[in-house]
Amino acid sequence: MDYDVIIGFEIHAELKTATKLFCDCEVTYGAPQNTHICPLCTGQPGSLPVLNKKAVEFCVRAGLAMNCSINKYSLFARKNYFYPDLPKGYQISQYELPLCENGYIIINGDDGEAYPVGIKRIHLEEDAGKLVHSSQSISSSEYSLADYNRSGIPLIEIVTDHTTNPIRSVKEARNYLEKIRQILRYIEVSDCAIEKGQFRCDVNISLKKKGSPSYGNRAEIKNMTSFKFVSEALEYEIKRQSKLLNEGKKIAQETRLYNEEKKITLPMRSKEDAPDYRYFPDPDLIELELEKEFIDGIRKTNPVLPDELLNLITEKYKVSQEDAYLLTRNKAVANFFTECAPHSDDNKKLARWIINNLLKHLDENSLTIESINIEPKDFASLINLIVKGEVTDRVGKTVLEEIIASGKSPEVIIDAKGLKPIEDTKELNKFVDDAFSAHPEVVEQIQSGETKAINVLIGQVMRSSKGKANANKLRELILERIKKE
Amino acid sequence: MELCDHSAAELGRKLRGKEISAKEIAGSVLKRIEEKDKQYNAFITVTDELALKQAEEVDKKISNNENLSPLAGIPVAIKDNICTEGIATTCGSKILEGYIPPYNSTAVQNLINDGALVIGKTNLDQFGMGSSTENSHFGPTKNPHNPEYVPGGSSGGSATAVSLGETILAIGTDTGGSVRMPAAFCGIVGMKPTYGRISRYGVVAYASSLDQIGGFGRNVEDTVLLLDSICSYDKNDSTSANLPKPDFHSSLKPDLKNIKIGLPKEYFVEGIDTRIKEKILAAVKLLEENGAEVHEVFLPHTKYAISTYYLIATAEASSNLARFDGVRFGYRAKEDVTDLTTMYEKTRSEGFGKEVIRRIMLGSYVLSAGYYDAYYLKAQKVRALIQHDLESAFEKVDCIIAPVTPTLPFKIGEKNEDPLQMYLEDIFTVSLNLAGLPGISLNCGYVNEFPVGFQIIGKAFDETTILNTAFAYEQLHSNNK
Repeated sequence: MDYDVIIGFEIHAELKTATKLFCDCEVTYGAPQNTHICPLCTGQPGSLPVLNKKAVEFCVRAGLAMNCSINKYSLFARKNYFYPDLPKGYQISQYELPLCENGYIIINGDDGEAYPVGIKRIHLEEDAGKLVHSSQSISSSEYSLADYNRSGIPLIEIVTDHTTNPIRSVKEARNYLEKIRQILRYIEVSDCAIEKGQFRCDVNISLKKKGSPSYGNRAEIKNMTSFKFVSEALEYEIKRQSKLLNEGKKIAQETRLYNEEKKITLPMRSKEDAPDYRYFPDPDLIELELEKEFIDGIRKTNPVLPDELLNLITEKYKVSQEDAYLLTRNKAVANFFTECAPHSDDNKKLARWIINNLLKHLDENSLTIESINIEPKDFASLINLIVKGEVTDRVGKTVLEEIIASGKSPEVIIDAKGLKPIEDTKELNKFVDDAFSAHPEVVEQIQSGETKAINVLIGQVMRSSKGKANANKLRELILERIKKE
Repeated sequence: MELCDHSAAELGRKLRGKEISAKEIAGSVLKRIEEKDKQYNAFITVTDELALKQAEEVDKKISNNENLSPLAGIPVAIKDNICTEGIATTCGSKILEGYIPPYNSTAVQNLINDGALVIGKTNLDQFGMGSSTENSHFGPTKNPHNPEYVPGGSSGGSATAVSLGETILAIGTDTGGSVRMPAAFCGIVGMKPTYGRISRYGVVAYASSLDQIGGFGRNVEDTVLLLDSICSYDKNDSTSANLPKPDFHSSLKPDLKNIKIGLPKEYFVEGIDTRIKEKILAAVKLLEENGAEVHEVFLPHTKYAISTYYLIATAEASSNLARFDGVRFGYRAKEDVTDLTTMYEKTRSEGFGKEVIRRIMLGSYVLSAGYYDAYYLKAQKVRALIQHDLESAFEKVDCIIAPVTPTLPFKIGEKNEDPLQMYLEDIFTVSLNLAGLPGISLNCGYVNEFPVGFQIIGKAFDETTILNTAFAYEQLHSNNK
């Protein structure tokens, strides 16, 4: 039987503020345990929270980037539960009146069209500390150690809206996650480093028969730590739930955990066992009232969004949609392109070169575009030289490596290393002569109609000329010679 | 009369006149503690070494003719739910066994900065939950006028210590009357300023939206000197009021001219001991004879105040007290602890007193899914009505006079087994906390050996009016004696 799928997310992203949400402790990663703590973030009696304005700004920034309405009045609430990583016995979060509500983000839908996924709310809350168990889990451990460095780091929680344009497939789920992460990185509120726990999510999924108006119960899978696991867990759930539905059984509304080794989800707790968090407005914090000027100020200074940059690159610089997409996956790369473009004679070539050569080089050498020393102007000049035929593609790659290594301009490098292409017919013909005498069988092949074999001769000349032969001219010369022979 | 029986104002004058030393003052109160506290049990911890060291510093400043703030060299006792750096802070509970705060509350820091001598930490009902100072892990405090009776609560230790001369001044906390009520039972002055006037930073929270530090003195002027030190805006407390504060001491004058006093009809009807009612009406008459106007005011939602208070206070308490879980500090159950849940259950069952457990359970229930709207939310709505009652009354009058308690001090053990009866002791005090208004409790005579107190309630952030009215009354009353 065929089923429609509906998928929802609760994403937690740690904000990259300098200090924690309610105290002055520094936000750090990997610092020695319990070195960035104070009376507040360890829950000492009598300590009181004071809201970090920057975190509010970041949350509003995210809200604006995701087309939310920003609540002028919002409330902080206490979510009460006991766990050793939660020093106060409650988490300060938002329940009624979150900072941001009713937004959407555009993703690539399964039909290839732009699809606006509904965002129900984005709220601000504090992170918990971290426990290190002496064994696998707290229950099987002789002891557990608590590190409160993370306690109180600001998080935003982004919740999808089930009622407005929900996510409809595993592929859309993946697109959604990537788009959220891309936006948060673009607006510089979170680094979203999954391995540092800066980006975590719970995902829920329910199925319904195609055409049926009502969905079945939702299963929520908690604490997903990678996009790959999210996809795997969803694939598994679709199989599991459709099997149950095919057998006429009901889906239990429950929370499940994903087992990464077995690639299956397992029940964690049922709806009946769901904790009652006894939310109520935190009396230590007054109602948050945002001035219009504050919100407008953020609106004005909100950094460019991925879609805006993509549109700019396709419309102004006439780069193809596909290439623009690849360029804008990383904001620094996209910015590099837009910085190169004014100096470039051929933006399409520029885009291709960034994607095919620059990114590949960075990837192979574990570098980032921010970490290398390359002037956009120099990069553009190199592409211009290639376009003009003053440097061959192949030599261009060597020059690029040299620019990255030395920071010198392409012209200087080309001059110093004698990398100018060989244009001179006489000189080129010498290489052609050699190739013809070395490969008489190839010459015969070409003459008998296998014109593609000409590439063998070109390749041979390129190798012997160290890539400096002007490829177009070389082709002409070879064809000429073939005719003559 | 020994030094410890003098007023803070007088001791300050003698100190500046170099007639006495701070060390002598400290010595005098410490001697009184030595003589009396075994019997009355006002202190949980006496910080004699610290007080003497602070006294030496003050004496050094005096000999160098340095400027001194009015509280320099004056002993102040601290209720033991207010954090003191390096000094055990127990909240009167076993659950904080061995807990030593790593920081000072803002109020205590202000006192230290002003040169006050921290004389010790005083007894209380656990976490401020009670009206008799019987609910303490360290035993009950006794009424200074008759040790078989309670001193009121929850700041009974502070009130008793001030009354006995074991200290000159003391601070306490007032969530539902816990400063004003023991002040009345002990025959001294107790003042709770407007919510937000004194930082709550470092006050171990019972009910955050109601908790407020207050001050005790043996007269109005002393109390004012204390308040001038502890009232301050504090960026560490988001509910702290960033408003200009007048210097209460320099604006203190016994002025009743054009003062309009409101008498709430609802506070003088059933349930109040007629002997208390008579004393208070006599006090009102005295004020009227000396220039004040008296008007009847109506506070129709008064009858809901106790229920509203206990719903809100316990709800907040159930969350505030969650941090006492045995994980990071204080008491942790060790026997038969097999897993995390048992650790939590046993630690909290063994560590908290009966009344605390009762209020946590009540509060958890109030906030539970399905009950939140009916209890917590409704209580918040009634709270707004009670606030509105008082605001309307204050459109007509400058201050309101009311009883502090419906009864005289009762015997130790008399009400402790009947929580509802005990809760009714707060009937006249909780409305102020619900509305966040300032109130001062002061003595207006005695019935047998027991003092009778009354309270003057003011508009938000208008402490000056009630302090001046109280100051005027105090002078008229002592002339009348």
